[in-house]
Amino acid sequence: MSWFQPKTEKPKIPPAKAIWAICPKCKSHFTKEVWKKNDSICPKCNYHGRLSARERISRIADKGSFTEIFSEISYSDHLNFHDATGDYKSKVEATIAKLGEKESVVVGTCEIGGHKAVLGVMDFSFMGGSLGTGAGERIARACELAVKENRPLVIFSASGGARMHEGILSLMQMTKTSAAIGRLKDAGLAYISVLTDPTTGGVSASYAMLGDINITEPRALIGFAGRRVIENTIKQKLPADFQSAEYLEKHGFVDKIVERKDMKAFIAKMFNFWGF
Amino acid sequence: MAKKTVKKTVAKKAPAKAKELTAWDKVKIARDAKRPHVKDFIAGVCSDFEELHGDRIVNDDKAMVAGFGTIEGFSCLILGHNKGATIEENMESNFGMVTPDGYRKAMRLAKLAERFGNPIVTFVDTPGAYPGREAEERGQAEAIAKSLEFFSGLKTPIVVVVTGEGGSGGALAIAVGDRILMMENAVYSVISPEGCAGILWRDGARAPEAAEALKITAPELLKLGAIDEIIPEPKAGAHKNPAAAIKAVKKAVVKALKELTSIETDDLVEGRYNKIRSYGNFY
Repeated sequence: MSWFQPKTEKPKIPPAKAIWAICPKCKSHFTKEVWKKNDSICPKCNYHGRLSARERISRIADKGSFTEIFSEISYSDHLNFHDATGDYKSKVEATIAKLGEKESVVVGTCEIGGHKAVLGVMDFSFMGGSLGTGAGERIARACELAVKENRPLVIFSASGGARMHEGILSLMQMTKTSAAIGRLKDAGLAYISVLTDPTTGGVSASYAMLGDINITEPRALIGFAGRRVIENTIKQKLPADFQSAEYLEKHGFVDKIVERKDMKAFIAKMFNFWGF
Repeated sequence: MAKKTVKKTVAKKAPAKAKELTAWDKVKIARDAKRPHVKDFIAGVCSDFEELHGDRIVNDDKAMVAGFGTIEGFSCLILGHNKGATIEENMESNFGMVTPDGYRKAMRLAKLAERFGNPIVTFVDTPGAYPGREAEERGQAEAIAKSLEFFSGLKTPIVVVVTGEGGSGGALAIAVGDRILMMENAVYSVISPEGCAGILWRDGARAPEAAEALKITAPELLKLGAIDEIIPEPKAGAHKNPAAAIKAVKKAVVKALKELTSIETDDLVEGRYNKIRSYGNFY
């Protein structure tokens, strides 16, 4: 007699967004499980999706070799910045509480395929991977430590650019990081820059484009100015693949597009060629 | 008597303070078309300027002026953003928005200056780097990045003068130096107030609020340590009395050149690195 009994319990259906993942590039739908199993890479178009800094580190550093450094360095609200949606301090504190990271880049020493290195990895989920004074300081110190310990440097970038909430001093981090990279090269050390999706604005216009080699992942967005800004300026539609990894390789600004599964071996191979 | 005079001066100064210019007022002054342009500054600080052209790769970007000239006995390389003074010039030079070709021209000639021991003086006045298809294809990001790395380590003195709009990375690419001077009504910012308002206020029209929040005026930037010195402007601004404004700029540039050329090259470059390293030194 159960068919006329009132339903006391609704079956628990998880919300759609908990199940489905949509590839931001080709808009194909997959279950989150498929997406995750494929290492956050679109099974259809091979777009290499974003990873957190920790996920990236676990794929690049030899197991157990990563030691984080300068983790005490965090943001600075020297402008006491407020905008229409609230104040910078609360926003960034909320991000810190959510992610457990204190800045948009995590740096440390590690081994990559047995090669001692200094590794920096940006996290796009921390304020859009923006370059604030804390992030700039971490990168500059990473460069200086690499020189001191005679290690090559690898930085994975993922950023929308400078962090405007920190005003002019965030712009100055572009100079600070670039100057420190210059010194590292003068010391005879190598710097491999990996531009992941997305790397734009002030980060692409500083350390991310300064690699002895610049490499990237399939279909990553890399550029200086935003597509809409350019379209408004030139009053023309831009090609669909504009500012893609493939487009940059064609125009000569990245050395190679490397698949995620091959990334670690590729970096180690380069270090081998160069004798690090 | 003396006491009375003091009182009078104070009383006179008080109302002037109340009318202090807002950040947005300064943005408007900094962008004023009647403000002296790079070519006016060059003509005013040296009489024998020879402009040189081309990046030796593909183009000569008119938005970047480069050439050699003598400033009070110092043979200098002069670099500057060129907004242009007429509509034709504005069009030709993209209103001072430099392409990668312009930054590469600047670096090519700066390398010469280093080889021949010429100090460098730069005049900064741009809304930002040119946002265009070809600019991206020819590596706008790489050209700016390379400039920052290059000028940071260049073995010759560099004096920077922010004369109008210091627009983000496009300005910064020729604003790395040993002395950063800034005219009283110039502005210098990580993003245009309109751009910032569009993103954080979701309304470009709220640019005046963004300008205030970003702290982009000379006194604020001096406090933050982003610049070294403010060059006073004639009353009501440089556009009201260009000759006096240019004279003040020349005086400040010559003073900086005298100081910097007396420093040993190694100490100079080390000092520049330490200065750059201290930007946002909170940790």
